[in-house]
Amino acid sequence: MSLAIANLLRAAPDDEGAIDRFLRDHEFPLVEGTSATFVFRGNVDAVHLRHWVFGLGSQQPFHRLDNSDFWYLTLELPQRSRVEYKLEIQQGGHSRWIRDPLNDQIAHDPFGANSVCAGEGYERPEWTNFDPDARAGTLEEVVLPRTPFGGPRRLTVYLPARFRVSRRYRLLVVHDGGDYLRYSSLKEVLDNLIDRLEVAPLIVAMTHPEDRLVEYADDPRHADFIVNTVVPYMEEHYPLYEAVSARCLMGASFGGVASLSTAWRYPGAFGRLLLQSGSFAFTDIGENRRGPLFDRVVSFVNGFREAPGRLAEKVFVSCGTYESLIYENRSMVPLLQATGMDIRYEEARDGHNWENWRDRLRTALSWLFPGPLWMVYE
Amino acid sequence: MYTESPKPATGVLLGPQRLAVTVDAELDALQVDGPVAMITCGWQEREEEDRELHDALGKRAVNLNLHARGDAVFLDDRELRDAHRAKQDRLRQLQVLYRGRVEHAVAAVFDLQAARGPADLIASEITAAIEAIRLVDRQHLARVTLLNRDYEDEMSPSSRPVVAGHREEIAEILSGCGAVAIAGGNVATLLNRLRLFGLDELLVGRTILAWSAGAMALTDRIVLFHDSPPQGRGNAEILDAGLGLFPSLVALPHARRRLLLDDRRRVSLFARRFAPARCVTLDERSRLLCDGEKYRAGSVTRALCDGGDVVALETWSL
Repeated sequence: MSLAIANLLRAAPDDEGAIDRFLRDHEFPLVEGTSATFVFRGNVDAVHLRHWVFGLGSQQPFHRLDNSDFWYLTLELPQRSRVEYKLEIQQGGHSRWIRDPLNDQIAHDPFGANSVCAGEGYERPEWTNFDPDARAGTLEEVVLPRTPFGGPRRLTVYLPARFRVSRRYRLLVVHDGGDYLRYSSLKEVLDNLIDRLEVAPLIVAMTHPEDRLVEYADDPRHADFIVNTVVPYMEEHYPLYEAVSARCLMGASFGGVASLSTAWRYPGAFGRLLLQSGSFAFTDIGENRRGPLFDRVVSFVNGFREAPGRLAEKVFVSCGTYESLIYENRSMVPLLQATGMDIRYEEARDGHNWENWRDRLRTALSWLFPGPLWMVYE
Repeated sequence: MYTESPKPATGVLLGPQRLAVTVDAELDALQVDGPVAMITCGWQEREEEDRELHDALGKRAVNLNLHARGDAVFLDDRELRDAHRAKQDRLRQLQVLYRGRVEHAVAAVFDLQAARGPADLIASEITAAIEAIRLVDRQHLARVTLLNRDYEDEMSPSSRPVVAGHREEIAEILSGCGAVAIAGGNVATLLNRLRLFGLDELLVGRTILAWSAGAMALTDRIVLFHDSPPQGRGNAEILDAGLGLFPSLVALPHARRRLLLDDRRRVSLFARRFAPARCVTLDERSRLLCDGEKYRAGSVTRALCDGGDVVALETWSL
């Protein structure tokens, strides 16, 4: 099959309207089989694709069509992949990075947002979308007045649909609750998975950090906050099962470090851990090359890797294969398994972003807190 | 109680009622007079949250409160409670072992369905492999039946004073009702409560409207199913015998959501595995009427066929 861009290249020299029609008739990036064609239009000096696929050269030059203002680049894109990228535009000796003006698909990560290109076969899971037929849970805001950080902290609490104080519930504590709600559709995901009986009804405590890169990097105040402030507050105000098997701590990126670090400092406080793309940077030898923000992380992860312990009963770990952290996460799995904990590990052809973490929630939560799917027919 | 299949009931099996209520129209069609006994124990601790259903039943419903009664029985009779829990633990352990056997047996069928070679040879091997699953199913059902019978022989729940008292009250309520409506929910809980209070006998001869798990519990085999669960292989499994009031059926509520009805190989396996029972989909607005002698299906009610199709149902005799 001839790619559309190849047809354009053949036609364009003799057809002035070919580029306009090409842009009008397609959506971009143009995905055809395992090929993705990126385009840019503008009178600039050069265009590069800057992508976040670990293992590939991160800078790919666009080609200019003759002397026109039309730039293009075709890359191989495996099926069901999601690749984050920006365009680097060079003009008049200056360079700027922009999101693709022809693509409104965006992936969010803890540091911002990028354009995203989805390969053939990737579809946003339908259970992540709002379902008007699903019974909806509720969100309520509470403030914890005294915390180890010295000031008050806000919690967002999710109560499942048909919440009753006379029932008992499992507790899920979520780092970066606001981002999970905003970018990972956490409320819709919880509503849908609980309504579909795939996940047991949960109460969810979502935390909101003030300085996550400091607090999440093995900060003892943070672990203290989670175990000795958040959990006791939830126990006092909500009907929870007492067993640690009914407690889960989760987080992504630095939030994954915070989850593991908290469990490490308080082993047995949580029976379940959900670690998504944890920033588990370590050094076998030499210095940390990820910058000073990672110094405490590396110190903690090195210590954990030296003497891994049994922190919980079940741990779900996920990571995108295009992330720079894929090596760190993969290598964490056998260490965790060796402790005797029940470990599940899942990879996807995706990056370090909230949509990747959203798409993993079904398998993660249904494994950690399975619902009564097989027994209940309402 | 745990009894042999009784005479077929008169009534109707329906699709889920939460988003598409049809039970009110069915009550009218069946020309039911008087109060309607309502069984919502499949909702477990939510049993009493029955206002919407009460309204749908024309505000003439009387909840039999089987879940609350069961709790009261087990609070009063600790010996029965402990024996019941021990039996349930054994049943759960047995189910896990059976699930493992089913997994291997089903995998053999899927392998054969994908095999290359002479079609006639493959077809006969598939038939034999399906027969192997059916044998596993029969053995499991026999073991479950035996465990239940042992429990009943040993504990004789129906003759224990607290159970007998509740059963008398239930019988009294039923005697004044024109029909019984059985809602869905947790099918194991529902079945256990129905058995504990002898509803298999008390329901005989009554007009019944049942949906979702309620429909499943009234057939002669309860089949748990989901083709694409987030965990596990998605192989259907037999839980237990049902009350058998709607015989020769496998009731499949929420079939569109739970089953891959476009997957002809899975549909074919399902139909052949449970034949000669008909595997009937009970989605929203589905209905399957039984007059005690024959079944008559509504227009959106379908059956899974040996060849892998999902087709509308003709009227058929029991």
